Amino acid sequence: MSGIPHDHYEPKTKGEKWIHTRLPIVGLMYDTLMIPTPKNLNWMWIWGIVLTFCLALQIVTGVVLAMHYTPHVDLAFASVEHIMRNVNGGYMIRYMHANGASLFFIAVYAHIFRGLYYGSYKAPREITWIIGMLIYLLMMATGFMGYVLPWGQMSFWGATVITGLFGAIPLVGEPIQTLLLGGPAVDNATLNRFFSLHYLLPFVIAGLVILHIWAFHTTGNNNPTGVEVRRTSKEEAEKDTLPFWPYFVIKDLFALAVILVVFFAVVGFMPNYLGHPDNYIEANPLSTPANIVPEWYFLPFYAILRAFTAEVWVVQIASFVTGGIVDAKFFGVLAMFGAIAVMAVVPWLDTSRVRSGRYRPMFKWWFGLLVVDFFALMWLGAMPAEEPYASFSLIASAYWFGYFLVILPLLGVIEKPLAQPETIEADFDAHYAPKAGNTTTSVKSAE
Amino acid sequence: MNMIKATLLSAVLALTAPAAFAAGGGGKKIDDIDFSFDGPFGSYDVNQLQRGLQIYTEVCSACHGLKQVPIRTLGDAGGPSLPEDQVIQYAKNFEVFDAELDDFRPALPVDHFPKSSISNAPDLSLMAKARAAFHGPYGLGINQLMKGTGGAEYIATLLHGYTGEEKTQAGTTLYENPYFPGGWIAMAPPLYDEAVEFQDGSENNIEAMSEDVAAFLMWTAEPKMGARKQAGFAGVLFLTLLSVLLYLTNKRIWAPVKYKD
Repeated sequence: MSGIPHDHYEPKTKGEKWIHTRLPIVGLMYDTLMIPTPKNLNWMWIWGIVLTFCLALQIVTGVVLAMHYTPHVDLAFASVEHIMRNVNGGYMIRYMHANGASLFFIAVYAHIFRGLYYGSYKAPREITWIIGMLIYLLMMATGFMGYVLPWGQMSFWGATVITGLFGAIPLVGEPIQTLLLGGPAVDNATLNRFFSLHYLLPFVIAGLVILHIWAFHTTGNNNPTGVEVRRTSKEEAEKDTLPFWPYFVIKDLFALAVILVVFFAVVGFMPNYLGHPDNYIEANPLSTPANIVPEWYFLPFYAILRAFTAEVWVVQIASFVTGGIVDAKFFGVLAMFGAIAVMAVVPWLDTSRVRSGRYRPMFKWWFGLLVVDFFALMWLGAMPAEEPYASFSLIASAYWFGYFLVILPLLGVIEKPLAQPETIEADFDAHYAPKAGNTTTSVKSAE
Repeated sequence: MNMIKATLLSAVLALTAPAAFAAGGGGKKIDDIDFSFDGPFGSYDVNQLQRGLQIYTEVCSACHGLKQVPIRTLGDAGGPSLPEDQVIQYAKNFEVFDAELDDFRPALPVDHFPKSSISNAPDLSLMAKARAAFHGPYGLGINQLMKGTGGAEYIATLLHGYTGEEKTQAGTTLYENPYFPGGWIAMAPPLYDEAVEFQDGSENNIEAMSEDVAAFLMWTAEPKMGARKQAGFAGVLFLTLLSVLLYLTNKRIWAPVKYKD
């Protein structure tokens, strides 16, 4: 499957040959598991396994929850309490599912920022990156709809606010909103279709995950140096790589186990830490909560949405130029989706020929600032929409767009990159010097 | 390495960000009460839950309901742990509507507690989880691990926090209580010293009773807390063990690659 030369599965016994000529599934599994993997991968390359685990955890716990849950406005809240009180182990299953969503997003953000720092999105891995972004979008849709299902106050009002965003789109907005809601407002029809889609989308994600893995198994993994694996011969490739099993499987499982220690501590000892207390109040369309906040993983983009108010000059210009079609609300929606869109097209915005941030002295600082910016936006998204938070949000949003649209394209031109190691082997040996000294550690200039 | 540090930091920040918005009550600061169920190893005090049940029954239930709570769970281990005959006896305190009989009948243990009898009295089943008083330190909410979310503290403090002032607004009498968001609450002070007489002669001043009923409402909101903490503890313990084993395995597998001779 991979472009890197390596040993393939050879059916040996008669039975194996019989299966292999009819369905080469064992060969597929073998090649997937034994894929040559750059041996210098660091601990930021563990998130893929964590994410796969999260998807499996969410599907398994979710399927069980669906057996006991009732998607009806009069019964949903009580059915969740039924799960918490009467279903065997139901309280653990639900808390694992709720906190599992948070772990899923922590892992996906770490995974995305890993890719942004090490240039994993650059040629030839653009399709892997785009599929990843689609998975991330579907995760957000799934997470959002899942949060509506318990039918608490934040479920209801969060759904009202978020679906209202679609209503801000000129002309087609209102029909889209009505289609999403199944009526003029959040009601039983909304709950039913959200439940249906919340069950469906994870399987779409699973399909995309297979494509994601297929894509990067075709190009080979990126690695901390950004230098490609040598692939002219199997012997050469083997100097840069190790088979995924057992080297990386065991390494990743170790990391996963450590992460799960923290996960179980949260589930066992503070399971409601990441949730909003108001969601333990049954949804009431007549009583609006003082401060409607989405789940933590939406906060950075929620902050961008709210940053562009009618007082902002960019919004005023946009409104003037379009003759009022782009008003503040629609501008906010465009900005929110735009913030994700600029991330999705980053392979074509980054002009640097050097892949890894490790060898980009200026990029490092701007990237660090982007990470800070992300958390600043997350914090601002949780704050009430008033000064000074509104101004901070605007500055932080401006940096988010500035990074992708101005800084990345410019850096590739003005930055003088550092020397990259010639091979992955050289980088690895620089960390773990061979005693015999039979390998030459040479570096070439990036010029 | 730079990247790894940044990620660890970001993971910590990501976990701590949401607590910042959980605030927003607006009432006076609630102080910590040392409840028996706080912390990773805390558990409910059976006697306190039984006293709380008595206070709920004699005082709160006049207006408030516990519609999510099945009466039979009063007999569950880890809860008030009433003996079976007492649970059956207790259920008879309430009348429930039976659709099959098309009439009211005395409640059975399989029935739930009734819902609130007056419309503006909120159901209390989940109140201890719907109110979070603790968001510290620095709005991070990490102290929940040792102190809980502060829901029980909020209820206890509110119940004995009345100033005695009252005012009439749009035909409704409001009572001043600095712990309630806005400072004025529609609920009349429900407890006073010696409002309830305990069989075993336990303390029945207003502070003690407030804590007892708050503990009981924590149980109604989170009846499986004990089992959950046990499961969490087992999970942490065994996963730590697994981590150590995987660490050693990983080290051994990589040794010939990293330290070739």
